[in-house]
Amino acid sequence: MIEARGLTKTYKLGAGKSHSLRDAVTGIFTRKNGTRETLTALDDVSFTIAEGESVGIIGRNGAGKSTLLKILSRITPPTRGTASIAGRVGSLLEVGTGFHNELTGRENIYLNGAILGMRRSEIDARFDEIVAFSELEKFLDTPVKHYSSGMYMRLAFSVAAHLEPEVLIVDEVLAVGDLAFQKKSLGKMKDLGESGRTVLFVSHDMNSISRLCTRAIWLKDGKIAADGPAVETVAAYLHEQTLTGAERFWEDAAPAPGNEIARIVSLRVVNKNGETLASPDIRESVGVEIVFEALVDDKVLIPNLHFFDERGACIFISHDWNSGWREKPRPAGRHKATAWIPGNFLAEGTISVTAAVSTYKPLMVHFIARDAVTFTVVDSLEGDSARGDYAGLLPGIVRPMLEWTNE
Amino acid sequence: MAATDITQITPAGSRLRLGALEIWRQRELLYFLTLRDIKIRYKQTLIGIAWAVLQPVLTTVIFTAIFSGWARFDTNDIAYPLFAMTGLTLWLFVQNAVSMASNSFVNNTNLVTKVYFPRLIVPLAATLAALFDLVFSIAVLAILMVYYKAVPDAAILLVPVFVVLAVLLAASVGTLLSALNVRFRDVKFAVPFFLQVWMIASPVFYPASMIPEKWRLVFAVNPMTGILEGFRSAVFGKPFDLPLIGVSVVSLFVIAAISLVVFRSMEDDFADVI
Repeated sequence: MIEARGLTKTYKLGAGKSHSLRDAVTGIFTRKNGTRETLTALDDVSFTIAEGESVGIIGRNGAGKSTLLKILSRITPPTRGTASIAGRVGSLLEVGTGFHNELTGRENIYLNGAILGMRRSEIDARFDEIVAFSELEKFLDTPVKHYSSGMYMRLAFSVAAHLEPEVLIVDEVLAVGDLAFQKKSLGKMKDLGESGRTVLFVSHDMNSISRLCTRAIWLKDGKIAADGPAVETVAAYLHEQTLTGAERFWEDAAPAPGNEIARIVSLRVVNKNGETLASPDIRESVGVEIVFEALVDDKVLIPNLHFFDERGACIFISHDWNSGWREKPRPAGRHKATAWIPGNFLAEGTISVTAAVSTYKPLMVHFIARDAVTFTVVDSLEGDSARGDYAGLLPGIVRPMLEWTNE
Repeated sequence: MAATDITQITPAGSRLRLGALEIWRQRELLYFLTLRDIKIRYKQTLIGIAWAVLQPVLTTVIFTAIFSGWARFDTNDIAYPLFAMTGLTLWLFVQNAVSMASNSFVNNTNLVTKVYFPRLIVPLAATLAALFDLVFSIAVLAILMVYYKAVPDAAILLVPVFVVLAVLLAASVGTLLSALNVRFRDVKFAVPFFLQVWMIASPVFYPASMIPEKWRLVFAVNPMTGILEGFRSAVFGKPFDLPLIGVSVVSLFVIAAISLVVFRSMEDDFADVI
């Protein structure tokens, strides 16, 4: 069980810079302490998590998620408030903490295990399992400096995955390794949750939060904005995130996502007449128009769009495959490309669009503007959409109107 | 077990505690960190652990060349190389341990910012890792004793007492400096200079008996004085200067207490300021 009562953490801005004795000494005489600005990273956060609950912590960067985990992991003390945790705590804010390049895989397993709080006997008992999980049997006695980064992460995660505390605190450590390994890792996390352990999990991946957690706490500017069933909290969070709007312009070149080859100029959700459209009818076709600037003359530039639903699941990705710019370099200057999504294809709900421009041979991503625009597909229930006469809850991430035949 | 394991998290405060129980419970971590520090100490060096032998031997040769030539000390009938080597055995341990420990947090930043464990373990592991070199120094010392036919008496059984005192001293000074180093990187630059001065102020290459009688006990406020003199007396079976050793031991405990108080008052903020 975890009980947090009024956890608050403030940082003195600029305090980190007082790294030299001289600053400290002169600081005594100038007495600027009273005027120093403070930053409240966490503001009076209270909650109770029952034994066996899996709880996701969501929120934008800087909302206080990491600070909360650091306090609960005892890495940094709260400025005010208290918390108590019943049960042995294991916290994974990073995988491979304490790994040393000069040591072998075997030596690092023991060292890292001990750092994570495992007893030697526990590591001995799970050693074979850890090695098997990492699939690195052959490299066990090789110093990890000779490992590829993928191997390194696999070994590190394998140790972490075999930590079996009663309370597990995890910070987004699953984004490691290749896809197959990530799946394996997520499966392991799910097992932990299902075996009755209390799990506290921070992630930006709303999909894994919805899948792994029963409950989610949404932190916003250091405060709890919502606390409830994971699916609902995630939807509320994404809904707010998506109020960003159906069009976005990057007027100044400097902050626009881009590199020396291409950068984004604007992204809009449009109808057939080229007008910005925030809530298209489900029957209507929707265009997503990207304007980007090529800064060189000799690159094949492929705009691509990624569509995500409210739970963060990717609906589909589409790139410009048929416009004729697939093989030939684009001249420097502005280019406008629009992808058309047919009507009666998307499901109802808010959809978030990520836009990117890439070159495929060789692969290079010039920019990626995440969740840059959103639009909400609505069904007016007039009977001629895929809903027909059914007005209830209709799940699914797409809602195509399929051809039915009857004999 | 499960129900009794309760972690209380409270704001930083002056919860002065020794924390010995917590460290004892995490002794395996201390062991693995010490082992790591030993294993990586001579990695990627050409002659490896030979450095552990070369350092005391070459220093002894240099001291012998300088101090048995023209600047002679009254070493109480102990051959000068043997005399110097005895001092260097403990001194080089303290010097290595303090310099390793004082940088231990800065070298282990991610341990501090990503995981919790009793922070004291980090400088302690660095100190204990330096013991590895001490084993080699003691072996060289033993060989030198055989060569000079120095026959010890029962007092040699007291050698471990002075080694333990030296470990405590190195741990105390190293821990204090390691905590200050987190906050003030000046420490990194000050430590080599400090160690140099400390060596000159300790009876490493000269005997404490050359200090005028009335100043000797003041001199003993430096704990290294009593430890080195006691160690020599134990090794060579000479009479112990008990008042001198007593002052040093008291001073050692005062330093240890100061170190612990300073460390405890600073450790909560390590992750935020490192």
